Amino acid sequence: MINFYSPTLEYSLLAPILIVLGGALIGVLIEAFAPAASRTRSQLFITLTSLVLSLAALIKVRNEGSASAAMESVTFDGAGVLLQASILVLAIISVFLLADQENFTALAAALPGSEQERDSLRQDLKVTEIYPLTLFAVAGMMLFPVATDLITLFVALEVLSLPLYILAGLSRRRRLMSQESALKYFLLGAFSSAFFLMGIAYLYGYSSSVSLSGIHAAVVGGSGNDIYLLLGIAFLSVGLLFKVGAVPFHAWTPDVYQGAPTAVTAFMAAATKVAAFGAMLRIFYVCFAEAYWQWRPALIAIALVTMAFGSLVAIAQKDVKRMLAYSSIAHAGFLLAGVISLNKSGLDATIFYLFVYGVATVGAFAIVTLVRDSAGEVTDLNRWSGLGKRSPWVATAFAGFLLAFAGIPLTSGFIGKFAIFSAAYESGSTAILITGVLASAIAAFFYIRVIVLMFFKDPIEDGTTVVIPSLFTQVAITISTVITFALGIYPTPLINFIQSTAQFIR
Amino acid sequence: MVTNNGIVYLIALPLIGSLLLLLLGRKADKWGHLLATALSASSFAVGLFQLSEMLSRETENRPVTQKLFNWISVGSFNVDASLLLDQLSICFVLLITGVGTLIHIYSISYMSHDKDRRRFFAYLNLFIAAMLLLVLGDSYLNLYVGWEGVGLASYLLIGFWNQKQAYATASKKAFVMNRIGDMGLSFAIMIAFASLGTVSFSGVKEQAHYASEATMTAIGVALLIAAVGKSAQFPLQAWLGDAMAGPTPVSALIHAATMVTAGVYLIVRSNFVFEAAPTAQLLVLIVGAITLMFGAIVGTAKDDIKKVLAASTMSQIGYMILGAGLGPAGYAFAIMHLLTHGFFKAGMFLGAGSVMHGMNDEVNMRKYGALRKFMPITFITFGLGYLAIIGVPPFAGFYSKDMIIETAFNAGGLKGILLGSTALLGAAITAFYMTRVMILTFTSPKRWDEDQHPHESPILMWAPMAILAIGSVTSGFLLSRGNALKHWLEPLFEEHGEHQELLAPIVVSGLTLLMVAIGVASAVIKYQLSDVDEVAPESVSTFTRFARRDLLQDDINEALFMRPGQAITSALVKIDERVVDGAVRGIGKIAIGSGAQLRKVQTGYVRSYAALILVGAVALIAAIWVVTQ
Repeated sequence: MINFYSPTLEYSLLAPILIVLGGALIGVLIEAFAPAASRTRSQLFITLTSLVLSLAALIKVRNEGSASAAMESVTFDGAGVLLQASILVLAIISVFLLADQENFTALAAALPGSEQERDSLRQDLKVTEIYPLTLFAVAGMMLFPVATDLITLFVALEVLSLPLYILAGLSRRRRLMSQESALKYFLLGAFSSAFFLMGIAYLYGYSSSVSLSGIHAAVVGGSGNDIYLLLGIAFLSVGLLFKVGAVPFHAWTPDVYQGAPTAVTAFMAAATKVAAFGAMLRIFYVCFAEAYWQWRPALIAIALVTMAFGSLVAIAQKDVKRMLAYSSIAHAGFLLAGVISLNKSGLDATIFYLFVYGVATVGAFAIVTLVRDSAGEVTDLNRWSGLGKRSPWVATAFAGFLLAFAGIPLTSGFIGKFAIFSAAYESGSTAILITGVLASAIAAFFYIRVIVLMFFKDPIEDGTTVVIPSLFTQVAITISTVITFALGIYPTPLINFIQSTAQFIR
Repeated sequence: MVTNNGIVYLIALPLIGSLLLLLLGRKADKWGHLLATALSASSFAVGLFQLSEMLSRETENRPVTQKLFNWISVGSFNVDASLLLDQLSICFVLLITGVGTLIHIYSISYMSHDKDRRRFFAYLNLFIAAMLLLVLGDSYLNLYVGWEGVGLASYLLIGFWNQKQAYATASKKAFVMNRIGDMGLSFAIMIAFASLGTVSFSGVKEQAHYASEATMTAIGVALLIAAVGKSAQFPLQAWLGDAMAGPTPVSALIHAATMVTAGVYLIVRSNFVFEAAPTAQLLVLIVGAITLMFGAIVGTAKDDIKKVLAASTMSQIGYMILGAGLGPAGYAFAIMHLLTHGFFKAGMFLGAGSVMHGMNDEVNMRKYGALRKFMPITFITFGLGYLAIIGVPPFAGFYSKDMIIETAFNAGGLKGILLGSTALLGAAITAFYMTRVMILTFTSPKRWDEDQHPHESPILMWAPMAILAIGSVTSGFLLSRGNALKHWLEPLFEEHGEHQELLAPIVVSGLTLLMVAIGVASAVIKYQLSDVDEVAPESVSTFTRFARRDLLQDDINEALFMRPGQAITSALVKIDERVVDGAVRGIGKIAIGSGAQLRKVQTGYVRSYAALILVGAVALIAAIWVVTQ
């Protein structure tokens, strides 16, 4: 006879997530009942309000750690707070980009090239569903790194993924490509989710538990069948590595980054990475730490290959979004270096890196949305040549983000790389240090190549222009630029805060 | 250590100038260059003031620091953004701001026809600020900021005239080679941080006594790689010649007086690392000796006046690196040669610029000749620099180069004889190729077309040349009188024991002068006393042909690094795009979605991506399995 207990929930600790979900539900109601004309404004208001409120709620409860926010399913601790806060900040900046509706199709259901599509464009329809979809994704992302049982983890994974699949297909231009990439993302995402579920099943078989603490106890006790543990770790890793875009699970990244509306790419590239790496940190630091000799070598190999592969292939890219995609693959490798460090400085460094990389990524994609011709965004790198002569400010901001990706001093990226490689070296991984620095040097090559292209080549007269950014985009770019340089010049307060806050409760 | 809050002005003044000029844009076009020059000059004035302050203090109180703010504070690891002004850095400060200001003045006239002159001056100021940060940082991390900063500013300056494709390519090569050097520096920093727990100069110096030799060797080699990249030393020398594509004042500032000497600074500054790592120190010597010969040989074969000067710079820095590798006995002479070289080489670059200015930007010396009559001031100033570089007493180069050669001989044993002879031979070749430049440009019969109208440059251009020429004449004597510079720098280095003398100083000087005389004489016979072809002769020895091609440096780089690198990249791209798909095609077509929309718009098929994931998953399981067993 199984006894059922009614769950006890710590609502104050769950409030940040619940606020975002509530905002999303209001958004759905607006879609259903509000007149079309007023939707854009009210949706934007609701979205921003709920994100800001959620951040406020998070700040309010930041010191109340608890392992049982929802019956062991959700653990609220310092690292979780930091990750959730990063996701919220990145989401807020991204929403400013989403607000520029120029990026999105007028009517998602209309067939590309059909009469219906032309009608919808003529009527100036707007897909305001993007706002609640974004909020749902944010809620999933916030749940993902604090979930401490595998079922909740899986639910969070799906909640964050499904809205992204839809968002990826809503591009206004090159719609076939956008829809194709969305479908691709969906199919491959489903495929990797299946791996993830298999992993959960094996781990349950190994430990008779789905909670991280239960599995941890089994790992420490060493009573289970190691084959199940092995398969469980491997399959779980596949699902997570897919989400962060590590080689060889990266193949979707360039296609989806290129096909999705740029604002969505920005949100996805920045926030999903935080969520997925957050979950990965928790799983490996909390659950499998004692079995490190099993998974660490394999993960080191993946990190090495990912860094090298992403950096090398990025050199050959001619499309700015694909280049940023491969660069994000390389960065996934750098971040994995933090995961495999398996020490406190690795944890701190990874959280710092995730935040600063996310901010620079949103900023960089924000600038991609500005370079356009009559047919929409221009992502062919050759046509970016001479941009610095026509729009020095936009080009300078982009150069700043690229320098941050390259890890040049006085940008946040340098501090991040320094911290993460040092942590890896501290844990004994000389290979990571050497490959990491080499890969960064290679990566710097193509970042600087773009800078040279923008500033030192003559502009091509083919109608490529930089549009005057809308107020929202301006805000997004300004915030990202300020954060990127401020954290390069004076990172100490944030680093200290992360150091004193970041910890996992088992 | 004493705190001094005035150090920051050295950097702040030019930095403010560059920001103002960039931010104000076209509004500052009228007076931007004047402001930049004034700020550079005021930074020099601050430097002089600091020097006089420093002179008035006791020896042990001379170094001063200034903490700007707490930059990184990670647990026990603390890096302040702090500046350190000691006997060594003040030498560099005065060189950078002094020569820098002269080059600002020169550029006012040289760039007067360029509509983007303001931007050029903004970059110049930025460069000065970054270079000052490099020599004033009190830790490797602060130095690294300046290091990347001068890199950035130098690309901006080299690429300033980017109408021609060659300039863009030059920037690229300079970038890649410098990147390798920068990597060396970041390795050094991370190894120092991870194994010594500190990255400040004083911290590393203290730890150097306790750390294992292997650690210090690793740090030393990484630092050497950094120095080699920045200072265009063998095997990363290829970029310097190409970087000559930039405006000539830039070559004078960056590629003669300041940035390229950063490697020497780094090695001398890290003397405690190399003292604790004999292997790394030996490598320094080898690099210096090879490069001084390499540069000298390349210099004999070039017809482009700036490329000869570039090769010569490479060779002279080889001397400095050699000096720096000789340990405490050589540090002071390396720095002395660096300072005197700053005068005479910058002067000669400006002279070359003046010649080009009068000759419609012609750089081929075979199209020059007899310019002595048309450009007397340029001839005299260039000539004084020439006498200094080949080492005729009492000109500057004589003192500094002679001391390096002497110290090399005294290094002891076979090593000393080898190094000393190399340095001696290098002196002869230097005399040969520099005499060749003088003859081809100034004293041989004219070979230029009638539509050329060579003329002397305006005063704003020749005045800096004259000042530098005065330096080329006097600096060597002043710095070596009573071993002034040696005693000045001595407190920074740990001197151990007396060195034996292989040859008496007077013998070394005699030998050197003899070699120089041979070099000069052969050049006079070959070029002054016989006719010079207007185009480079084709039927020349294999050796000359190799030298003209920079001893095959580009071919070697291409064969060893570029081709394999490109091959790897394109192979990976192919794997990413095609091979995966090809491999999976046999498995069968998995029905996906509603066909029509999934035509091959992009290269990737979902099925191949999924297969890749599957392969990855299997590999992951296999990897974990193997480890577990």
